[in-house]
Amino acid sequence: MSIARTHEIHRRRRGRNLGVALLLVAFIAVMFGLTVAKISDGSFAPPHQEGT
Amino acid sequence: MTDTSLHSERAATGEADFGDYVALLKPRVMTLVVFTALVGLLAAPAPVHPMVGFAAILFIAVGGGASGALNMWWDADIDAVMRRTRRRPVPSGRVAPEEALAVGLALSGFSVVMLGLATNWLAAAWLAFTIFFYVVVYTMWLKRTTPQNIVIGGLAGAFPPLIGWAAATGSLALEPWLMVALIFMWTPPHFWALALFMRSDYDDAGVPMLTVTHGRPATRAQVLIYTVLLAALAVGTGLTSVGGPVYLAVAIVLNALFLKGAWAIWRRDERMAEADDYRVEKRFFKLSLIYLFAHFGAILAEAGIDRIGAAGGF
Repeated sequence: MSIARTHEIHRRRRGRNLGVALLLVAFIAVMFGLTVAKISDGSFAPPHQEGT
Repeated sequence: MTDTSLHSERAATGEADFGDYVALLKPRVMTLVVFTALVGLLAAPAPVHPMVGFAAILFIAVGGGASGALNMWWDADIDAVMRRTRRRPVPSGRVAPEEALAVGLALSGFSVVMLGLATNWLAAAWLAFTIFFYVVVYTMWLKRTTPQNIVIGGLAGAFPPLIGWAAATGSLALEPWLMVALIFMWTPPHFWALALFMRSDYDDAGVPMLTVTHGRPATRAQVLIYTVLLAALAVGTGLTSVGGPVYLAVAIVLNALFLKGAWAIWRRDERMAEADDYRVEKRFFKLSLIYLFAHFGAILAEAGIDRIGAAGGF
């Protein structure tokens, strides 16, 4: 009984760790996508200077 | 093994699985937030880069989830009493209250800052205000003190389209406020229908729901009054820039059905309702979900038609 219970805890812990890992990967993907989108639509373009 | 012993065993281990943390964010409520915010964002007259739009909706959803977690932290005592909510992660013991608080606070800050960085700080400020309004004004203050709790508290659930609009345009206009008004007026009949057929739940928890403080006949009358006001607003919105023929057709059909349902609820008494196990009230509640999704779907369709029209005009 105690072995089964420990196993159940490990299973839940692994599921949680996997979930957090996937969230972090997804967050990196969102940040990368946002950066590409912002650069390509000129949000980060330097301000136009007169006389140049 | 009974269901209760299964839950108490899981609670005793103190190990929540990933799904428990997802449940903390109230994913079903989140679908409404995502959909209405998306409509606000797409109906706005400003083109949004698809990736920026996706990120905006994602962070608005995370903000909505954060308020859900904070609500579950504060309301764990009420949730433990009500049949509908006693299996939520905190009252069942799978997630500790302080963990729910930490998740809620962390995700609140994260979502507001990320929305500000991804779009603009007006949208971020409205998201912050929405979280504050839902958690402090509704959950901590109004829910336990006044039978008008859901009327005023419903405003928090009404803000997502306005945040979506602000994320796209960086400003506000009449149109997003009409969408806010639509959800605001829809909330009371939606929740009071639920309170009518979930009868013992709110009574047991001591939440001053209208059914408890003013009685069930008064609640039935209030459902009808708010439905009449909602119908006038919903059809009237069809004559503004948000509306159009598609929206107007949807609004006329659904408001006619909704008024019919509210009228039937008002005409009934408890004896009749108990006889058929609250069939009319349950049907009205289901219709209320379709009602809101169809109205916002129609607003989205009108925005699409306008875009196609504008593109064809070149």
